Amino acid sequence: MATAQELQIKQKQEVEKKEEATIPARTFVPTTDIYEKGDTLYVVMEMPGVDKNNVDVRVEDGILKVEGRLDFSKYEGLQPVYTEYNVGHYRRSFDITSRIDSNKIEAEMEDGVLSLALPMAESAKPRTIRVK
Amino acid sequence: MIGPFGNTFDALLALQEALEGHLSSDWLRGSTASRGPFPPINVFEQGDNFVAIIELPGMNRNDLEIQAKENTIRIAGRKTASYAEDISIHRRERVAGEFDRTLTLPIQINTERIRAEYRDGVLAIFVPRAESDKPRTIKIS
Repeated sequence: MATAQELQIKQKQEVEKKEEATIPARTFVPTTDIYEKGDTLYVVMEMPGVDKNNVDVRVEDGILKVEGRLDFSKYEGLQPVYTEYNVGHYRRSFDITSRIDSNKIEAEMEDGVLSLALPMAESAKPRTIRVK
Repeated sequence: MIGPFGNTFDALLALQEALEGHLSSDWLRGSTASRGPFPPINVFEQGDNFVAIIELPGMNRNDLEIQAKENTIRIAGRKTASYAEDISIHRRERVAGEFDRTLTLPIQINTERIRAEYRDGVLAIFVPRAESDKPRTIKIS
C-alpha cells in the first residue's frame, strides 16, 4: 500500500574535491535545509553518526564551511554481511550572500541533526524601501 | 572482520571498502520486505549475533517502533523535518514521512534479549541468536 508520503532513499552524494584530502577516505555531503526567518538564516544538516564534539563550523570570506567527523569506532569487530549505504565524514560549504555576524552564530547538534542560526549583520538586514 | 581500527589514517577507508564490498549483496535477497526502501539498513555479524545499523537523523524516539518475532524485525516510524510557518525556504533536501520495513534474518532471534540504541541519529539494533538456534557439539558415546 503506497502512501503519498512514502519515503525514498536519497543516495549519499560524495563531495567533489577541490583540494585533496589528507586522509584517503571518502567524504559525503550532508542533506541540508536552508531557510530564512526574520533577521536570521537557518541551516539544518543531517549528519548521522557525528557526535556534537566532532563538528566544525566556520564562516570565512562569505563562505560557510561545515565539517562533521564520523565516530566509526563502534564498527570495530563487526563483519558486514549486507549493506545498503556507506559511511564517512561529512563536509559541505555554502556561499553566504548576506553578511553574517560570525560572532553570533549559534550551533546545536541533536540526534545527528546540526542546526545553525546565522544572524545577519546590521548592514545586511533587509530594508523596506518606500516608494515616494 | 573490520578492525581493529586504532587511529591509523586509512582505518576509515578500510571500513568504507568493507561496506562497499557488500553493497547490494544477495545475502538477504528476497527477504527484506518493505513498503519502500527507506530507511537504508546495514547488517553486520558479531560472533553468533547480528547488528542492524540504520541512519535515521532527527527522529523522535516515541515515533519509532521496533518489533521482533521469530526471525524478523519490523522497523516502523515517522520521520519529521518540519519548521515554523512563516519562513522563506532557500533549499529543502531533508525528507520526512512514514516508513515501515521488515528485515528477515537467517537466524532465530532471542526476542527477550534483543535491544536497540539510538545515538547521534543512528539506530543500532543488537540481535542475539536464540539459544535453540546455537550449534551444539554432540558427544559421541
